[in-house]
Amino acid sequence: MEVSKDRLTAATFEELAMPLFDQLYNFAHWLTQDRSEAEDLVQETYAKALRGFSSFQLGTNFRAWIYRILRNTFLTSRTGLKANVPLEFDEGTEPSAGPETPETLLLERAQQQVVQEVMAELPVNYREILLLCEVEEMSYQEIAETLSVPMGTVMSRLSRARKTFRDRLRQKLSGVTHA
Amino acid sequence: MPDAWTQKLDTYLDGELSAGEMSALDGHVRACSDCAAEVLGRLQLKRAVQTAGKRFAPSADFRQRIQKMSAAKRQQRHWSWQMAAIAAVFLVVLGISLVRVKQENYTRQIYSEIADLHVSTLASASPVDVISTDRHTVKPWFEGKIPFSFNLPELQNSEFSLIGGRVTYLEQTPGAQLIYHIRKHQISVFIFPEASALPGDSGLGRHTTFEMQTWTQSNLRYFVIGDAPAEDIGKLVDMFKKAEAKQ
Repeated sequence: MEVSKDRLTAATFEELAMPLFDQLYNFAHWLTQDRSEAEDLVQETYAKALRGFSSFQLGTNFRAWIYRILRNTFLTSRTGLKANVPLEFDEGTEPSAGPETPETLLLERAQQQVVQEVMAELPVNYREILLLCEVEEMSYQEIAETLSVPMGTVMSRLSRARKTFRDRLRQKLSGVTHA
Repeated sequence: MPDAWTQKLDTYLDGELSAGEMSALDGHVRACSDCAAEVLGRLQLKRAVQTAGKRFAPSADFRQRIQKMSAAKRQQRHWSWQMAAIAAVFLVVLGISLVRVKQENYTRQIYSEIADLHVSTLASASPVDVISTDRHTVKPWFEGKIPFSFNLPELQNSEFSLIGGRVTYLEQTPGAQLIYHIRKHQISVFIFPEASALPGDSGLGRHTTFEMQTWTQSNLRYFVIGDAPAEDIGKLVDMFKKAEAKQ
């Protein structure tokens, strides 16, 4: 969602931000894992974005801009500070896929609830990058803008997040199967 | 079995490989059953995450709250535009009022000056420079003394009599002053070239302590002033208007 110079005069904050409301709330809830905290986070995000809208740069990505505000607001909150564990090997080589059981077999047994549980238990940095990529369908460039990290970091972190997700899902499913 | 392509499968599914690599990997996946199975599995995983990820929806109350907050900003912006518009209108009205006040002050000043000229002429020992009751004598006397000519009315069958005339000045502009007599009242008729700064036409009215009427005709500005009744002033004005119209 890029705002051109020509459109800026007509484009109000409301027109740009309200269509993203549901997605932002969903993302906030995934980050905070709590409805009330998610509402506070979204409200603060909108308040900050409203105040800073005049400084929003023309021609840049509004979605990445407002997601970045939300994420930074979360990271400086009490929950965010607690959840933001530094990731090791963030810039390193991407993990090898290794011999894995075909995902088709895993997913045949996977329940949506289990997937949600695994996602909720992921470290917040992995959870957010998976959400931005798979749920928000952001490009690597947009994710890099949102997270304020280089493209290389996006690729390696995404790869690690996926591997961690797959490993945990497998563990969870095998536990379910054994139970 | 994993191969050189396996590492790139996620990037491939995210559509982030270069066009060349995308095409090459397309070809490889068609030929490699392991990679094809891997692609299918990862694609399903992507979809599972996508579906599971769209989990939380905001409440209607909360949506309304945020909408109000955004709308308040819009209203504020709208209001600030309205305030700016009101302020602009106010300034324009104020400007017009100031211009009007200035114009009224100027008009009052001109009327006072005309009244002063009339009074000083009456108080003078020699109120007129050309003494004649004959308009055919008075009118030619002004030729070469003022930068315009004018017509004088025929006074036959009227109570008015012409006393004479003199050159006078208003705002450094030369003009003609004619003195008329009716019963025991003296009336001055001032004629000046029209200037935009001079006050506009005014109906018969009492300005200072005299009756005065002013109008523009044939690019000349006329002032008729005297202590005669308004009716007499009006009659003389009509006579001048007719005389000028006949030209």
